[in-house]
Amino acid sequence: MEEFTIQPPRTNYLNAEYGIKSWLLTKDHKRIGILYMGAISFFFLIGSLYAMAIRLELLTPQGDLTQSSTYNKMFTQHGIIMVFFFLIPSIPATLGNFLVPMMIGAKDLAFPRINLLSWYIYMLGGIITIYALLAGGVDTGWTFYTPYSTTFSNSYVLATGLGIFINGFSSILTGLNFIVTIHTMRAPGMTWYRLPLFIWSHYATSLIMILGTPVIAITVLLLAFERLAKIGIFDPALGGDPVLFQHLFWFYSHPAVYIMVLPGMGVVSELIANFSRKNIFGYKFVAFSSLAIAVFGFLVWGHHLFVASQSVYAGMIFSFLSFAVAIPSAIKVFNWTATLYKASISYDTPMLYALGFIGLFTIGGMTGLFLAALATDVHLSDTYFVIAHFHYIMVGGTLLAYLGGLHYWWPKVSGRMYPEGWGRFSALVVFIGFNLTFSPQFVLGYMGMPRRYHTYPVEEVSWQVLHVLSTAGASILGIGLLIPLIYLAWSLRYGRLAEANPWQLPGLEWQTASPPPTENFIETPIVREEAYEFAPPETKEVVGKFEREKPFPFYG
Amino acid sequence: MLMLLLQSWIPFIPESASTLSDDVDAVYFYISGVTVFFVTLISLVIIFFVIRYRRRNPFEIPRPVEGSTKLETLWSVIPLVISMTIFVWGAKVYFAQYRPPQHAMEVYVVGKQWMWKFQHTTGQREINELHVPVGRKVKLIMTTEDVIHDLFFPAFRNKMDVVPGKYTVQWFEATKPGRYHFFCAEYCGMNHSGMRGYIEVMEPAAFDNWLSGNANAASPAAVGHSLYESLGCASCHGANAEGGRGPTLLGVFGSNRVLNNGTAKADEGYVRESIINPQAKVVTGFGPIMPSFQGQVTEEQLLSLVAYIKSLSTTQPETTTAKPPATGTPQSANPVRSSSPTSPNR
Amino acid sequence: MAEGLATTEHEPHAHPALQHHFENMEQQREAGTLGMWVFLVTEIMFFGGMFLAYTLYRYKYPDAFAVASNHLDWKLGGVNTLVLIVSSFTMAMAVFSTQIGKRRNTIIFLVLTLVLGLAFLGIKAVEWNTKYHDHLIPGQLIPGNPFNPAVAQHGDTDPHKFHLPEGVSVRHVEMFYWIYFIMTGMHALHMIIGAGILIVILIMAWRGKFSPEYHAPVEIFGLYWHFVDIIWIFLFPLLYLLGRHLEGH
Repeated sequence: MEEFTIQPPRTNYLNAEYGIKSWLLTKDHKRIGILYMGAISFFFLIGSLYAMAIRLELLTPQGDLTQSSTYNKMFTQHGIIMVFFFLIPSIPATLGNFLVPMMIGAKDLAFPRINLLSWYIYMLGGIITIYALLAGGVDTGWTFYTPYSTTFSNSYVLATGLGIFINGFSSILTGLNFIVTIHTMRAPGMTWYRLPLFIWSHYATSLIMILGTPVIAITVLLLAFERLAKIGIFDPALGGDPVLFQHLFWFYSHPAVYIMVLPGMGVVSELIANFSRKNIFGYKFVAFSSLAIAVFGFLVWGHHLFVASQSVYAGMIFSFLSFAVAIPSAIKVFNWTATLYKASISYDTPMLYALGFIGLFTIGGMTGLFLAALATDVHLSDTYFVIAHFHYIMVGGTLLAYLGGLHYWWPKVSGRMYPEGWGRFSALVVFIGFNLTFSPQFVLGYMGMPRRYHTYPVEEVSWQVLHVLSTAGASILGIGLLIPLIYLAWSLRYGRLAEANPWQLPGLEWQTASPPPTENFIETPIVREEAYEFAPPETKEVVGKFEREKPFPFYG
Repeated sequence: MLMLLLQSWIPFIPESASTLSDDVDAVYFYISGVTVFFVTLISLVIIFFVIRYRRRNPFEIPRPVEGSTKLETLWSVIPLVISMTIFVWGAKVYFAQYRPPQHAMEVYVVGKQWMWKFQHTTGQREINELHVPVGRKVKLIMTTEDVIHDLFFPAFRNKMDVVPGKYTVQWFEATKPGRYHFFCAEYCGMNHSGMRGYIEVMEPAAFDNWLSGNANAASPAAVGHSLYESLGCASCHGANAEGGRGPTLLGVFGSNRVLNNGTAKADEGYVRESIINPQAKVVTGFGPIMPSFQGQVTEEQLLSLVAYIKSLSTTQPETTTAKPPATGTPQSANPVRSSSPTSPNR
Repeated sequence: MAEGLATTEHEPHAHPALQHHFENMEQQREAGTLGMWVFLVTEIMFFGGMFLAYTLYRYKYPDAFAVASNHLDWKLGGVNTLVLIVSSFTMAMAVFSTQIGKRRNTIIFLVLTLVLGLAFLGIKAVEWNTKYHDHLIPGQLIPGNPFNPAVAQHGDTDPHKFHLPEGVSVRHVEMFYWIYFIMTGMHALHMIIGAGILIVILIMAWRGKFSPEYHAPVEIFGLYWHFVDIIWIFLFPLLYLLGRHLEGH
């Protein structure tokens, strides 16, 4: 830790090569991470514009801004872009790509060419989807329920489906790369239990990616065959079963929720431990809860079908399992909280996002209990309660974790510091805006407002009040998200130069220059300590069977 | 009582107007309580820690705290126990919600882009409006002509998908007269948000009045009977459904059917399947010779056929508050406003 | 995490096939093999969706599926199964030959594998062609060719005529054929991709890229080839044989 004064080497991954070609043909995981970062930011922007349009339309009960058909396309495209092109790749493909090799002391991911290929596949899927939007859009809802999507919709279902199908392979390839890298490329001494929790959560995420994504691929393929040629397996008129599609769809799409949130949990574990300078409380419980979520996540898809004519007994089993999957998440929340005990907590921007994440994720998770419980789900399913619940997980969880992680690793990625004051301010604005947007929707859902409604009854005065609050919140949230966009871009040129280890942390990624050289480390590191070990060995002493720090643990 | 207090103080609670809606609300408030408790607890603990253990010195390194299996067990078991109580309670109410009662008044529902069509067993048709009496169990037998819809009564805390190709069922017993919304809750295309209407819960006397005042249509069972004749069912099942090349239909509904491969309860879904896909369940002693009527009958005609076959096996005349009005059709002698299947020997 | 930095750079005379980000050949081979295994898991899930649809509707419409499946040519299917099993054997021999450094044998076995793979595809094409001529291609892809125009009478033994017993719906027979074409089509697609990669491997072997130290590509491709083989081993009985005992009723 004494060598904080290491000068960044002249060449790093950013200036090792120049020119657009050097980016488009790069096999460096860090550069590919940045390619993804640019792409998902673009898709996030489009998705957000749809969200704003939806919120504006719902200001009044009448459909006065758009026609029904346009509105239906707006929420469909909002969902498709946000889920498949932002949330699923968000953390794994950007921060994960950038950091997984660095955190385990590897020079790159196991298959750099496949990594680049995954970006191109993602872009191809994205371009096809954007084409479908421009050509006329799609109006099936992001869930593509049959038989509406196969027989009745007159929109660009096939093109969009093709985009999602292709995009799925980028997800599979990313997951495959992570699993192989984590298994085979750890630095000497980096045992499984020394892995940062970010790696554990990415490992669990990758498992879901490789097990779940092929199922959505074949489902979309069957949907396309059904729409093209009436193969009949989803069509009751031909002897098929439309609900089979829902089973197949949710077999992927429920675990997909964990693809979105598990990496966020990994980021938050890093932030909580590092910004309170504490080893994470119950490391193994946090690590294995990620795996438990990945495994149990595959067994709960039926809770999306409680009112879809599924048998009462199937409903019981899925309800039971859905409660079971809540336990590992609860364990994580308790362990994060316990980590703060007797810690040394700083109030830097990433930590603010992490604390916000715990609060919002707790609300998002607990409101999931309403939907896992059979009786209340009957009332609440397909209402705004569901919308509020999953936005608390997706936005309050994944997006906040992504922003927190982005700020935390920004010095490593860009070599520059972001402006701390603006960072804290925008974190606060995001938190307030988010809550104002989505907490009224819980009440709306309980009042009975169904989702995907273009208009709602005028006489329900309280509904409009709640919608107005929500739209106001969305405006604040929008501003809160624009501020980081501006100052992060600004910092690329004007930000203070970052040291190699600006937060003074023990993680491997901080032991190399900012920005790192192309192969991450000048020499392969050898790991001799546990993760999150803040006290260096020379300050420790052994008392009986315990190891503890020597008194006066200050060092610098 | 607590519910009443809450209702009058908090404006953001929907009307509660069925026998089960208060039960659902009770589960809802229980989970709300648990949620508020834990969110508050965790928030307060975090805020306390964040202030108490803020970094006071840029160089300080706190002592590591080792994990504790005891604590981990504690905070795994407590949430598990609490969630199991929610699970059990939720499942209990759900069973009541989805176990259709005996002797309920039946209404046939067909969803269609983008309207709800209702038909009472006496023949009255309604679109996007449904009249029901207060204090009486109502069972909706539902299907759809096109895509999946979902009939959602917020005031009854009840909803159920309607799925093409099969019948689904929901029931309720309204407790308060009034006019409540219902919605289509499953996205169904362009005018999805327009697929909504009102359920008019009336005093039984007023309902009887309404029912007799609107009695101008043939009952579904009567329509089913004429369909039975015009589709040529009689050539195999007999002119009076007494049987022939095909099994008799008298007393079939609600009974247990012995099939070539197992048994099946003859409910609405069974009858439907036997018309659409006759080979699926063939009664012992008969060959798989019946042709499929798929595409030859609409969903509404199918429901009429079901109603007719149901009328053939009502063993006891119904005792209800709403008396069947004299419709003047030949079938008026049949107790066509039948109650649910009665199957004493099942 | 501490910084005792060790020098574990590549030795100056590292194998030319060693990629820059791996420490040694062993690590590289391990990563490649694990990568293929993980990929095969995704393949299982992909085919799993189709097997699920097959199982569900086989259970729902057993008679229609049995009747439809009886019209598949189990002899050609059986020959194809044999062809694939032998090709798996030659593939295994190719891997073995590479491991012990017999370049000539490697090439011979790889060529044999390729020939057998193409033979499989050829036989498959013949089968599909027969189905096409018998109008056993479901409905609407080919306009004007309604399903099953030549219904055979009882006792009619013409194999190109299709006997639809009482009580079996054409729609469900059609569904079987859809599932048959989708599943065997997906399998054939995997065979075609496999043949393509096999040609690349063959060229590499021809140029003498492989040695006992470096044979990972052959080995990893072998895994893929065996996997595609195994998928067929499941497809054959499910599509061709199940319900065969009901023939002639």
